[in-house]
Amino acid sequence: MALSKPPYDEMHGSDGVRSHYATFDHWLKNTPNEKLQRKRAEADALFHRVGITFAVYGEASGTERLIPFDIVPRIIPTGEWQRLAAGLKQRVRALNAFIKDIYHDQEILKAGKLPADEILNNAQFRPEMLGVTVPNDIYAHISGVDIVRAGEGEFYVLEDNLRVPSGVSYMIEDRKMMMRLFPELFAQYAIAPVEHYPDLLLENLRSVAPTGVSDPVVVVLTPGAYNSAYFEHAFLAQQMGVELVEGSDLFVKDNYVYMRTTRGPKRVDVIYRRVDDDFLDPKAFRPDSQLGVPGLLDAYRAGYVNIANAIGTGVADDKSIYPYVPDMVSFYLGEKPLLNNVPTYVLRRADDLKYTLDHLAELVVKEVHGAGGYGMLIGPAASKAEIEAFRARIVAAPHKYIAQPTLSLSACPTFVEKGIAPRHIDLRPFVLSGREVTLVPGGLTRVALTEGSLVVNSSQGGGTKDTWVLER
Amino acid sequence: MLSSTADKLFWMARYAERAENLARMLDVNYRMSLFPQGPQSVNQGWSALLAISDLMGEYQSRYSAITPENALAFFTFDSSHPSSIMSCWRAVRENARAVRGALTAETWETINSTWLELRTMESTVNTGGDVGDFFEWVKYRSHLVRGVLRSTMLRDEAFHFTWLGTYLERADNTARILDVKYHMLLPRGEGVGGAVDYYQWSALLNSVAAFEIYRKVYRDAITPRRVAELLILREDMPRSLRHSIRQAYLHLQEIRNHQSAETERRMGILDAELRFGRIQDIFGEGLHEYLMAFIEQVYDLGERVSKDFLVSANVA
Repeated sequence: MALSKPPYDEMHGSDGVRSHYATFDHWLKNTPNEKLQRKRAEADALFHRVGITFAVYGEASGTERLIPFDIVPRIIPTGEWQRLAAGLKQRVRALNAFIKDIYHDQEILKAGKLPADEILNNAQFRPEMLGVTVPNDIYAHISGVDIVRAGEGEFYVLEDNLRVPSGVSYMIEDRKMMMRLFPELFAQYAIAPVEHYPDLLLENLRSVAPTGVSDPVVVVLTPGAYNSAYFEHAFLAQQMGVELVEGSDLFVKDNYVYMRTTRGPKRVDVIYRRVDDDFLDPKAFRPDSQLGVPGLLDAYRAGYVNIANAIGTGVADDKSIYPYVPDMVSFYLGEKPLLNNVPTYVLRRADDLKYTLDHLAELVVKEVHGAGGYGMLIGPAASKAEIEAFRARIVAAPHKYIAQPTLSLSACPTFVEKGIAPRHIDLRPFVLSGREVTLVPGGLTRVALTEGSLVVNSSQGGGTKDTWVLER
Repeated sequence: MLSSTADKLFWMARYAERAENLARMLDVNYRMSLFPQGPQSVNQGWSALLAISDLMGEYQSRYSAITPENALAFFTFDSSHPSSIMSCWRAVRENARAVRGALTAETWETINSTWLELRTMESTVNTGGDVGDFFEWVKYRSHLVRGVLRSTMLRDEAFHFTWLGTYLERADNTARILDVKYHMLLPRGEGVGGAVDYYQWSALLNSVAAFEIYRKVYRDAITPRRVAELLILREDMPRSLRHSIRQAYLHLQEIRNHQSAETERRMGILDAELRFGRIQDIFGEGLHEYLMAFIEQVYDLGERVSKDFLVSANVA
């Protein structure tokens, strides 16, 4: 797993093009470069016109950028996907069981499987949720689990995103774009569809409506048009045929939630929220929030409205909790984990801390409450000075950090300025939990467009690819 | 539908209509300024336009003199005040973006691509492009937006709020165009004078796409009274006050709710007054006075629509 080993190439094996890429390879070799360039330009123009753009925090207001779209697909063979899917469902079931446990009996703490203070002192732990029963005991209705590959059959979970994971609209738009640009490829491959995701999502959300509601009204709650993921919020609401609301469109009366319509108040049963916990209810959380709905927490605790994802799921996807997820699978399900964690050093442990400080140049060190590639050290890519600066931060507060070996993420051929070259990728499948646990085949493949870079986040120059799960 | 969505659709439509009418007014002023006449009357045209748009103060805080160049820059791409074509379209696009789920994909894409193209046009116009072509383009995109709305949108509340906004704005704008032009031209007399008069009246008619209509309806020389009659009282003239109010009234009836009765009554009265009104009575009252009162009524109706549907319909 050291960086010196060349990364696993998704398309090319040691003895040539992998069989699932053979048809694509043939097509690529027979497609004139001029046509490919024209199609790439067409894709850019279409994304602009459709307004599939995101705002970058910190840049001048109104700046909208495209997430670069790459026309070389990431192809996953049937068998590989089936193993991944089984592992993902298992992991998400365990995570939901964990969150329920944490907010009720806390059996896992009593059993001593993980230190109680990691939970109870975690900023993501919401005491307001203690003893609150939610429909079907589901907390993480939508999970975006980040997966990386290090070698043949060697997959690791990098991160469980259980709060407001985004990117699913790009999964669908990338597919639509590929079908539009290169319909001939879809005749040559049996590619599992993903465009029905909004149908599954709506069904899933309706399945967790408060008891006694026969025809639940679902809404998508967005922070507003200036949020970086606004396109996705609008997209999902439109595709599901439900209202896209902002906090100011909702109000709570007698513990029921209503939306303000042109014909008076209308009751809301399920809120698919894309607003963080902190901003959901100014009466319960941050009082300065303009994005929330006063009284929402009370309505939720009373069971008159359901919120997806639940309040307080962040306690399960925090980096400080991540090392314990495989234990959750055995603890709650009595099963052997099908998906591996990246081996992780927990720096609150003396042994792990010592090892890490001795090997900083080889490791990735992450701040436990950070998100999105901020606040981390990538040892092999860092200068001596950067490493020493980070060392001081670790020594000052070891419990704030975890460390992992630098994974050699797999690479996939990608269009770059000089032509086609391998670039590192990851995969974010979206797992839906309601009455059942489901997922569409595939997910969002993100690609680090800078040569050698391992950071795939769109906020830091990452792009996306269409992801093909083959049906045969 | 959500009150906030209805509100954004209503304003999206109003700003699109406003941008178009602004382009129409600017176009006629621009064309008139090309006719042989003294600089005084050229400036008088721009002053009148600034006055009728309530923008003299904004303008004077930026420019010391009224010149065609300054006025054009002010009204086209100056986004430091809300009344330029650029600012209107920004508002169209921002409102549309906020409710893109309530629009068809084709409607949204038409609006978005208009905005994207508009942002590239400033340099074209500034580097010697014909500003007249730009006004044509604005009108053309406006036709396109209305066309895609009309031919792709479900006939639901979203549709009615959009058109209610369009027609209220058009009623207001046509009244303003008529008022400003009429008073500029009137001193030249009721009858048809020389060639300049003829061109100026036809430019006014052209600005509201009414030149051929005038010919078809009256088959006679252009007189101020008939022009006013055409733009105020003809129901079959699609930019007239009567047609605009009639259509707004029809759309309002489609979305009526438990508290919109009074608004409907007031719009019904205005509709009836236009239907049974006579041009000689309007002139008897004074055209300018009549138009000012009309603009005031349209303003009141817009406020009432906001109150009934868009803001306080849902006190908790």
